[in-house]
Amino acid sequence: MFPRPIQQSSVSAQRLYQTMLPIALILWLLPLIAVAVFSIKPATDFTQGNYWGMPGSFELVNNYGQVFFNSDMPRYMLNSVLITVPTVFGAVALSAMAGFALGVYKFRSNIWVFFLFVAGNFVPFQILMVPVRDLTLDLGLYNTKTGLVLFHIAFQTGFCTLFMRNFIRALPFPLIEAARVEGVAEWRIFWYVVLPLMKPALAALAVLIFTFIWNDYFWAIVLTQGPGAQPVTAGITSFNAQYRAAYHLMSAGSIVAALPPVLMFFLMQKHFIAGLTLGAVK
Amino acid sequence: MTVTALPDTDPPKRGWYRRNEIAVTPWLFLAPAILFFSVYVIIPIFQSFSISLYDWDGLGEADYIGLGNYAELMNDRAFEVSLWNNLKWLVCYLLAIPAGLFIALFLNQTVTGIRIYKSLFFFPFVLSQVVVGLVFAWFYLPNEGLLSNMLALVGLGPVNVLGDPKLATYGIILAGLWPQTAYCMILYLTGLNAVDPEQVEAARLDGAKGWRMLWYVIIPQLKPATFIAFVVTIIGALRSFDLISIMTNGGPFGQTRVLSFYMFEKALSEYGFRMGYGAAIAVVLFLIMLIFIAYFLWSMYREEKGGH
Repeated sequence: MFPRPIQQSSVSAQRLYQTMLPIALILWLLPLIAVAVFSIKPATDFTQGNYWGMPGSFELVNNYGQVFFNSDMPRYMLNSVLITVPTVFGAVALSAMAGFALGVYKFRSNIWVFFLFVAGNFVPFQILMVPVRDLTLDLGLYNTKTGLVLFHIAFQTGFCTLFMRNFIRALPFPLIEAARVEGVAEWRIFWYVVLPLMKPALAALAVLIFTFIWNDYFWAIVLTQGPGAQPVTAGITSFNAQYRAAYHLMSAGSIVAALPPVLMFFLMQKHFIAGLTLGAVK
Repeated sequence: MTVTALPDTDPPKRGWYRRNEIAVTPWLFLAPAILFFSVYVIIPIFQSFSISLYDWDGLGEADYIGLGNYAELMNDRAFEVSLWNNLKWLVCYLLAIPAGLFIALFLNQTVTGIRIYKSLFFFPFVLSQVVVGLVFAWFYLPNEGLLSNMLALVGLGPVNVLGDPKLATYGIILAGLWPQTAYCMILYLTGLNAVDPEQVEAARLDGAKGWRMLWYVIIPQLKPATFIAFVVTIIGALRSFDLISIMTNGGPFGQTRVLSFYMFEKALSEYGFRMGYGAAIAVVLFLIMLIFIAYFLWSMYREEKGGH
């Protein structure tokens, strides 16, 4: 193990390490802690210039209540859910199939199709912006959740296929061979042999895609406008315009908007990190 | 050799699909993904190239002007600023890699509660860039912000980071480095976990420690993690848009624009819908990215060939 385990060092070094840990963490999260503190302060603190002193009163319930019951926030949150969840299912389904095809079968153009997905996954969004916006307008899907979902599914398929294909490559191939010898149809091999083995990959991708799509901002402002279809990342800017300089409400709103992926991460941490670090180890 | 079966005299009852199952199945499985990906990703790339040759407001007739948009870019001061800022992003963003390694080394211990520390250090990566942008914009506020208030404690005057044309881009990059460092950290923590303990012990017996151990024994073993960290950091740097849009909206005086943001501004903003000009900017950004994409694919290709 590197660095050398701290337990092998002197007692004072261990003490130092134990005290450094929380200090480093607080420094690391300082901007965020500041926002959390803002979000429980009363409005009067800001008008009186008491930014960093003790809060005049604790307004946690009031501020967050305002966000939940007296603004468009719940609508934006609902839009985000209705955009994110179908995208997760769509992208995972398409890429599980594509990953199966590229991971199991040997055909000449295999690696080129694979590289097409990988390369497409890296392109800047702006090169797609004008044509995708036009296409969405032509389909009559501008400013709808469906328009966003369709694009997100397509784009995320690139990353997901890369992930699935590499995962399937690492599965024991003799299992598939054995099924073939038994005369099992290829689609049944996918459904009954490969898919059950892919559960960890499916879970990892689901949480990753959830986070990516929830946090998308660019496509939200390119393909939608207004509280009818916009997700929360775009909604938060209108929310902030409405409560200009009301830092307590803007802070509370931002925290609410950030919460679902944060919960997802803490609940599904193992899958999340497994997904992000795929390929980081040989 | 005994001939028992008579396969040729008895034509197979199996249909065309059954006979060609192995060849056809992969394409059936690929079809939906390829269809979606082509319509929304591959074809639009070519369409953008084509649109960049037109003068078009997105609604009326498009006028073919050849390389006119590119010629205009050459003399566009804002384009030049954006290009330089992209370079700043690329160079500064790479700091996330050593910073992530540093934090990973710091946290790679087995004391009680270390898992919670690791999660909390990683946590900024989960936040959307919009929230990160807001958080840092408030952190930097000249009067209300925590940064100015902390500087005041040590007797330094307030700084208006995002209002200063020279500082603003670096202020935004720093905000971007926060989640990016967290990402690199988690990559390295995973990599460190897989470092071969026998090699480390052997090197220790040979008297290697500290920096020499890190440089000659550990970092070579972390190569896969470094590669991924490099890929995601480069892509992240060139994709920067959300933070700029949220924190400064390109200002002050357009000094924090990058190509991705400038393109959006030209194509879709109150300054008029210049789709062709925007597409030309996007093409330039795409070509820059293509250098890196080609390099990544080439590395992956070598890996594939070597691995099997």
